Amino acid sequence: MKIDAIKNGIVIDHIDAGKGRKVYELLGLENLDCTVALFKNLPSKKSGKKDVIKIDADIELNFEVLGYIAPEATVNVICDQVIKQKIRPEPPKYLKNVIKCKNPRCITTVEQGIDQIFKLTENGVYRCIYCENSVNK
Amino acid sequence: MKNLLSITDFSVAEIDELLEVASDISVNGEKYAEKCKNKILATLFFEPSTRTRLSFESAMLSLGGKTLGFSDANSSSSSKGESVSDTIRVVSCYSDIIAMRHPKEGAPLVASMSSTVPIINAGDGGHNHPTQTLTDLLTIKTEKGKLDDFVIGFCGDLKFGRTVHSLIDALAMRKGIKVVLISPEELKVPDYVKTDVMDKHGMEYEETTDLEKALPKLDVLYMTRVQQERFFSEDEYLRLRDSYILTLDKLQNAKKDMSILHPLPRVNEISVDVDKDPRACYFKQVQNGKYVRMALIMKLLGVK
Ligand SMILES: [Zn+2]
Repeated sequence: MKIDAIKNGIVIDHIDAGKGRKVYELLGLENLDCTVALFKNLPSKKSGKKDVIKIDADIELNFEVLGYIAPEATVNVICDQVIKQKIRPEPPKYLKNVIKCKNPRCITTVEQGIDQIFKLTENGVYRCIYCENSVNK
Repeated sequence: MKNLLSITDFSVAEIDELLEVASDISVNGEKYAEKCKNKILATLFFEPSTRTRLSFESAMLSLGGKTLGFSDANSSSSSKGESVSDTIRVVSCYSDIIAMRHPKEGAPLVASMSSTVPIINAGDGGHNHPTQTLTDLLTIKTEKGKLDDFVIGFCGDLKFGRTVHSLIDALAMRKGIKVVLISPEELKVPDYVKTDVMDKHGMEYEETTDLEKALPKLDVLYMTRVQQERFFSEDEYLRLRDSYILTLDKLQNAKKDMSILHPLPRVNEISVDVDKDPRACYFKQVQNGKYVRMALIMKLLGVK
């Protein structure tokens, strides 16, 4: 599959090399019926290497999740084989039920029915709102 | 409705106002004897801490209020698997204010989300213990007559010591305070305390491993315990332990009016002969702890 082979769909470009798989998982792309391709270590002028994901359908992407995991990415929306829109995802202020707190002493590990919420701090780190532990991406 | 989950929930002005009331309680206690008549404080201790629970209960009784609660998770519904949210929803119906201690970090925030009455965090694991910080602040204010322009040394376990981190949080917002961080290499203050708190507020600080050398500079010395389980080997622990024990001998070079604080319980990090020294303030701290809890209960209940 090449970029120009997509008629209508989405290309998530310029993902930091090595992060593509994580992006694929967090966006829940394994649940899609359409063709999805994950390219690893493509040559990149900007950073040497990059990962790219192509989705062969015009789906609703979760930009909050993408802004959290790969704020460096560029999303190209393709319509009739031309790039109709270029979108840069923004890191969301809050991240709800996307990742889980890994601190074993956190209340979220035992309390039932609780939302997993992370807050973006001033220095760009996400912290669990309950125990304030930071997330290592 | 206001809660106290972390010391940073209160502004400097709010803390000052609260300490003002606490100071007044310390001299005019009888004025407050009926302030919380007909009010009920629930003390929910999902983890035992007799000292802290008694302080809260004594505070409420001295305001003319009543208390109910449990003192460990075994005697509560949480041992049957009930969630924090459900427990709080129920207890909200029986009380006007809740003080809770829980072994899991962030449990009081969960509680505040389902509570219809104010929540006081009485300790959540290694995370926050804001009433200890208020106690420390009142003690410093009482001893020094001010909460700015002094040098405070923190000694011992600065890596895991939550009381140290939250007192630094509270002091960072004030002016002219210099911090001397005294600990073994293994137990230094975590980087985020430096970057997110001290650097951010332009707080002056230095790090050292030498308690004796640091002592003459200090106006306040905040001691904490160095626990054996924090070290890789027993040898290492034994080698370091004695350098962080405060003795009358070491105090010879300290200022005559230095105040020694400790969040208690103490094990051996302050030798017993220091207790007689007029600089020892750690038992006064216990008394202050009751006064700030009285002032806090009044504040959160909106009682003037
Ligand atoms: Zn957490």
